[in-house]
Amino acid sequence: MLFTSYSFIAFISLLFLLYYIIPKKGQWPLLLFASYLFYFLCDWRYLIFITVTSVSTYLFGIAIDKVNVRQDEYIKEHKKELSKEDKKIYKAGMKKKRFRLILMCLVLNIGILAVIKYTNFTINNINGIMHAFGSDNTIGFVDIIIPMGISFYTFQSMGYIIDVYRGTYKPERNIFKFALFVSFFPQLVQGPISRFNDLSKTLYAEHKFDIKVFTFGVQRILWGFFKKLVIADRIVVAINILKDNPEQYGGAYVFVLMMFYAFQLYADFTGGIDITIGVAEAMGITVAENFNRPFFSKNIKEYWNRWHITMGTWFTDYIFYPISVCKPMLKLSKASRKHLGEVIGKRVPVYLSAFVVWFTTGLWHGASWNFIVWGLMNFVVIMISQELKPLYVRFHNRFNVDGKRWYDGFQVIRTVLLMSAIRMFDVYRDVPLTFKMVWNMVTDFRISSLWSSTMLNLGLDIADYIILFAGLIILFTVSMLQRRKAVRERLWDKPAVLNCFVTWLLLISIVLFGAYSIGYDSAQFIYNQF
Amino acid sequence: MKKRKIRIIIALFLVFTIVSMWLLQRLVVPKYNKGIVEGAFAAEYYEETTDHDVIFIGDCEVYENFSPITLWQEYGITSYIRGGAQQLVWQSYYQLEDTLRYETPEIVVFNVLSLKYNEPQSESYNRMNIDSMRWSSSKYNAIKASMTEDESMIEYMFPLLRYHSRILDLTADDFKYMFSSEKVTHNGYYMRVDVKPEGDFPEPDILADYTFGENAMSYLDKMTELCKENGIELILIKAPIKWPYWYPEWDEQMVEYAEENDLVYINMIELADEIGLDYSTDTYDAGLHLNLSGAEKLSKYFGEYLVENYDLEDHRNDEELCKVYQEKIDFYNDMKEQQYYELETYGKLISFGAEAIED
Repeated sequence: MLFTSYSFIAFISLLFLLYYIIPKKGQWPLLLFASYLFYFLCDWRYLIFITVTSVSTYLFGIAIDKVNVRQDEYIKEHKKELSKEDKKIYKAGMKKKRFRLILMCLVLNIGILAVIKYTNFTINNINGIMHAFGSDNTIGFVDIIIPMGISFYTFQSMGYIIDVYRGTYKPERNIFKFALFVSFFPQLVQGPISRFNDLSKTLYAEHKFDIKVFTFGVQRILWGFFKKLVIADRIVVAINILKDNPEQYGGAYVFVLMMFYAFQLYADFTGGIDITIGVAEAMGITVAENFNRPFFSKNIKEYWNRWHITMGTWFTDYIFYPISVCKPMLKLSKASRKHLGEVIGKRVPVYLSAFVVWFTTGLWHGASWNFIVWGLMNFVVIMISQELKPLYVRFHNRFNVDGKRWYDGFQVIRTVLLMSAIRMFDVYRDVPLTFKMVWNMVTDFRISSLWSSTMLNLGLDIADYIILFAGLIILFTVSMLQRRKAVRERLWDKPAVLNCFVTWLLLISIVLFGAYSIGYDSAQFIYNQF
Repeated sequence: MKKRKIRIIIALFLVFTIVSMWLLQRLVVPKYNKGIVEGAFAAEYYEETTDHDVIFIGDCEVYENFSPITLWQEYGITSYIRGGAQQLVWQSYYQLEDTLRYETPEIVVFNVLSLKYNEPQSESYNRMNIDSMRWSSSKYNAIKASMTEDESMIEYMFPLLRYHSRILDLTADDFKYMFSSEKVTHNGYYMRVDVKPEGDFPEPDILADYTFGENAMSYLDKMTELCKENGIELILIKAPIKWPYWYPEWDEQMVEYAEENDLVYINMIELADEIGLDYSTDTYDAGLHLNLSGAEKLSKYFGEYLVENYDLEDHRNDEELCKVYQEKIDFYNDMKEQQYYELETYGKLISFGAEAIED
């Protein structure tokens, strides 16, 4: 069930109605039912996978906690008899037990994810290698269903089990409540990747109907639809033509594609997240924000702090830090400092951890080399900018540009262009073609080629361009307004008539200018596939 | 804010939104008043103030080939054509079901060409046949039976969702006909006076299977049943049009079906000479449809058949009906004159037909 389908709109409308008319105690069970129904309506087979993840993570969470409780009780009971050393040995034994449990949980669930998403990718690579060595044998691809949002709910569940393991919070005792945390349908499709201690505060709470909260939720949903239907789904037509015909559209058109894709991805992904957050918000549930105006970032590091925030923090908390502080890495750090000197030596573990993070980030986005190279390109650029930092500081001081508006603007545009260029790896069909086309853009950039009527052969007519341009201006204006205060808050403070009028205008714009119904190939949300 | 005030604001917002959406819908839906007018046919039926002896149902082979005005003028038969472009058999059935809500005719005439289609065909033809029907269970079922894979019921219920993108292609006619429309047919008959002689038709394809599809035949069964239940004589016809090709195997099936169900089936292709049709002067598009001359000849022939074989009353003595039909005749003659005028002046029709120039 697509977020932009009529059935989804009917689904959430009915849910909102039921949510507020049933006794409040029934609200979270209703959400659990709705979430499983949502998944069932997409494909009943998905339920098997999500149930396995939910039940296994729940049981391992409880088991890990039992070890903790047993440890505490044992130490309390034998406080007087145990020496410090005994306690240490006992704790180490219990830690091992907990580690074995979490390892089993991770292997099971990451294993499911890996098998489902990466089997065919692995087969493809093995076939490639065999072919390279002159073998004519090929391994056939496997027909595996990929449950919608499996990457998101698996990562969310694994974040939970790691937090329980670390003792960040106690595990959820009610299996149904936990199942809701894993399957909460708005975020099942494309995230964000929520943390249990954040989401559970409002997910299980009883919510009274509050007109302000509900209005904010609906407005956020509409804003998401606007981004998705008016901008992303309109521009996608041109993107498909440009990327599918690289021999015809080189040079300046690669730049056009690069920028179009940047706008599309942003409108598509943030639009989807707006719908997710809006649906939850309309029911009084707070879901983590996933974006903070990323196109206003002055450098790539900042960009990644503002784009797909929950994924970034997940990789930082659950991959980067554990790798950075694990025993082998500490040993490596010590050795590299000793042999390579302080300056290089201290960078080795950081860079190695970052490499692993960006490699897995790429792999998480998709089972293809395009995404892996995309991830590694991010790594390379971040590392280079890290290394060049002293140079930047000297430059800033020498020319006194820090804080200057024009220089801020330059940095923002530079970051947008750089990120858009890296993103080209998930546009073209393979990595060599991407390098070729980006090179072609640089060496054969003839802006005059755009002035011919070719821009009107990309499936968009003048009216489409006007709508797109207007949509992007609105997007930009809203982003500017958001800097100080949320637009919805601003509107709420204004007379109700104005608030209603803006909401109406948004609704009418979606209905009239949205790219939907027959005649439009309404694309799935890009992040659905992850 | 006080609860009452909030409620009033929400109510006003909802009313304003619904009204504005309705107005926008009126604006963007195709008006079918010029050019392709077939989408306006279904709605015109509801403007009828009198009952009819004969109801025609079917595709272009009824609405372009029979003239109810001629039937009235020659025999005093009241008739109406509830036809539509590529009207599929299930659409004909539901049009008939819909008609029976308003009247019960003596005779229903169904053109059998559409039996060759067993599956939904095209969204645009579906729309032209169904959109302007009044809402009823018949319309709902017609939509359900006709929808192609990409279509959805909700877009039939709220056509704004389907036609929203027309907001960028609006013409003066969209504003002019936002709340009203002008008649484009004469009791469902689509008039054309221009002439284009019959040309050469390609060799018909050899089909893998000549049997009519189960789905299509089931609706013919339903139609037969419905007519029997309501005491209506159902006449099956194949209009005297040679292309699309009417295979002998299809004809045989119709003959058998008519015998089995005690119905009349007339293949008019074989009667072209008897009717007096001259395909070099009686068609306007190289033999695919009859022009006014052809339609009037066919109507005279068919009217005579009806009078001879069925107990139909001549209503020409009914003052009320005469008054109603005089208006129709005037409109018929006006359009005929206008078409002849355009033909003489411009050498072709400029206000009629698919390529008509918009105002």
